[in-house]
Amino acid sequence: MGARRRKSERDMNTVFQRTPVLKDCPTHYCPGCGHGIAHRLLAEVIDELDIQDRTIGIAPVGCAVLAYNYLDVDMVEVAHGRAPAVATGMKRTNPDKIIFSYQGDGDLAAIGTAEIIHAAHRAERITVIFINNAVFGMTGGQMAPTTMLGQVTATTPHGRNPSNGQGYPLQISEILALLPGTVYVERCALSGVPGIKHTKAAMKHAFQLQIDNAPGLSFVEVLSPCPTYWRMSPAKAMKWIEDQMCKAFPIARLKG
Amino acid sequence: MAGKIVIDTERCKGCGLCVVVCPRKSIVISKESNKNGYFPAQKTDGDCTGCAQCAIICPEGIIQVYRDQMERIRIVAAPEKHGAPRLIEEKA
Amino acid sequence: MSERILMCGNEALAEAAIIAGCDAYFGYPITPQNEITAYMSERMPQEGRVFVQSESELAAINMVFGAAATGKRAMTSSSSPGISLMQEGISYLAGAELPAVVVNVMRGGPGLGNIAPSQGDYFQATRGGGHGDYRTIVLGPASVQELADCMPLAFDLADQYRITVIVLADGILGQMMEPVTFDAKPGRNPPPKPWALTGMKDRPQNIVRSLWLADGALEELNNRLMAKYQQIQNNEVRCEQYRVEDAEVVIVAYGIVARIARAAVDQAREEGIRAGMIRPITLWPFPSEQISRAADTFRIFLAVEMSCGQMVEDVRLAVAGRCPVLLHGRPGGGVPTADEVLDKIRQSTIRAGAA
Repeated sequence: MGARRRKSERDMNTVFQRTPVLKDCPTHYCPGCGHGIAHRLLAEVIDELDIQDRTIGIAPVGCAVLAYNYLDVDMVEVAHGRAPAVATGMKRTNPDKIIFSYQGDGDLAAIGTAEIIHAAHRAERITVIFINNAVFGMTGGQMAPTTMLGQVTATTPHGRNPSNGQGYPLQISEILALLPGTVYVERCALSGVPGIKHTKAAMKHAFQLQIDNAPGLSFVEVLSPCPTYWRMSPAKAMKWIEDQMCKAFPIARLKG
Repeated sequence: MAGKIVIDTERCKGCGLCVVVCPRKSIVISKESNKNGYFPAQKTDGDCTGCAQCAIICPEGIIQVYRDQMERIRIVAAPEKHGAPRLIEEKA
Repeated sequence: MSERILMCGNEALAEAAIIAGCDAYFGYPITPQNEITAYMSERMPQEGRVFVQSESELAAINMVFGAAATGKRAMTSSSSPGISLMQEGISYLAGAELPAVVVNVMRGGPGLGNIAPSQGDYFQATRGGGHGDYRTIVLGPASVQELADCMPLAFDLADQYRITVIVLADGILGQMMEPVTFDAKPGRNPPPKPWALTGMKDRPQNIVRSLWLADGALEELNNRLMAKYQQIQNNEVRCEQYRVEDAEVVIVAYGIVARIARAAVDQAREEGIRAGMIRPITLWPFPSEQISRAADTFRIFLAVEMSCGQMVEDVRLAVAGRCPVLLHGRPGGGVPTADEVLDKIRQSTIRAGAA
């Protein structure tokens, strides 16, 4: 067939390209951090659903506090845990806008438990993306409400132990699925390419529900790797999600 | 090979996820660091099918993926020559 | 001239807020301001506006934050312990430079306190309350009519200066019924809000934030805020001076206490004591200049307030040691009578050796 000529990408079809909704700049996230993937999926979903010009996002307090530097939509930075209350204020006064919050396990499952429960309870028509990486990343790897039993963290140096009054991993998705005000609750995992594709589909569904004015809150929990504070390589961290984290946090479409 | 990737090695943080996920083992960690001190991923001369798994898993979103559609069609069109239709089997 | 209606203070301020164009009210029940939440729950939906009973005061102030970030006129109301919960939110509002109106119908404190009227949150309201260097405009109405009039003023000032305006009422003002008319309309056109989060149609991204990590960036924000606050201090002081020109004793009082003190001033005059009163209407910016000018002539200043002595410190600062500054304070829900204020006036003149 003749000598093979090295193809230039100009002659080829593009299979994968970065969406412009994800700003083209370096991030401050650690190598292998799940936030990078989650941000990209969110940006792709906003792009594909063509809602960039009417979406308003809420950044948490946590590693993703600077999310507005990476996601090219109108965004607001709010106090720790208060995002669902802020989202309520925004959506009620601007029902035509797509409002989402992006929160970590400290923000949503610790200080913000009242706000998420009540926003769900009131059936606020917002979308909440919950990044669960079983640890408080920003402040140095302390125990989170979602930390696994036996997991060593900065504040559980001997591993999380309920007999030491350290409690159990908090399953927010299961709790929210019980509330009549949620229309969609799904837990996914950034545990590899199939998990990533599943997460994107879940995010897309959650946003589509808000676009369709579904009568309640759409919620996606994303198990996400934190290689730094799990003290693992990024690849091992993804494996740990698949092998271990899923035991306490089952991957499931819990509602809707 | 029908696929090609372009990695922005200066933005790469060397997390190695693409190396692990590549089904053709065509990505390695470079022995030279980039300006930020990371040892970035770099593609080898090995096979690339353009499956884009590397790009999907990349937390920095700095891999572009291209695929030559013509070659694919040629191969699929001659199944008796190549066995069951597959994306890439033989190089042309 | 619209009709005069007999209304209680809480409901009057709520109606005035609606007339002033309040888009959204978020609140949580707490005595003695429950009439506001109940009134709003009925009237806001009638006007096609937003009402949400939040799960806590913490949530309420954050709902205000959200609505304000999108450019809407939003307010909340609470009473002392609930306002404590809102301090974090108010600090964030200040850092993000969002306009908001917060009504505090003060009750006895500290802690759970009681449900009687008080002026014990003066420090909290005028000193920033939450963390960081910031100020909020504080209005101190003294009648149901003033409560109604200060609502459109509050929204106008909030929008104009991108600041939180606290309306400092108390349990008596909130509960008492007086005739009120709703003539006051927003006096200033709300300025455009290009910074608001309205969706990125035809413009680049807007970000509402209060985190500034880059070296020097937060200092720059603080300097900008201070310049704004100086502008407010130059332009927005409001106070009433009553029989001050020849006064030998000048009472300084605000809110319902000023009503009581006014009666004492009149009674004192009948007895031949030259009493007068300076009534701050804005507690921040405080009428320091007016008090300072009054202190150019030697006289006794008597601060009367329902607290252990908070506003008196601002009086002392303004007087700057030139005249004696006395205090008559009633904390924990105690309400002074006109007689006891009159007694204090008499005592203060004796102490100063005035005839």
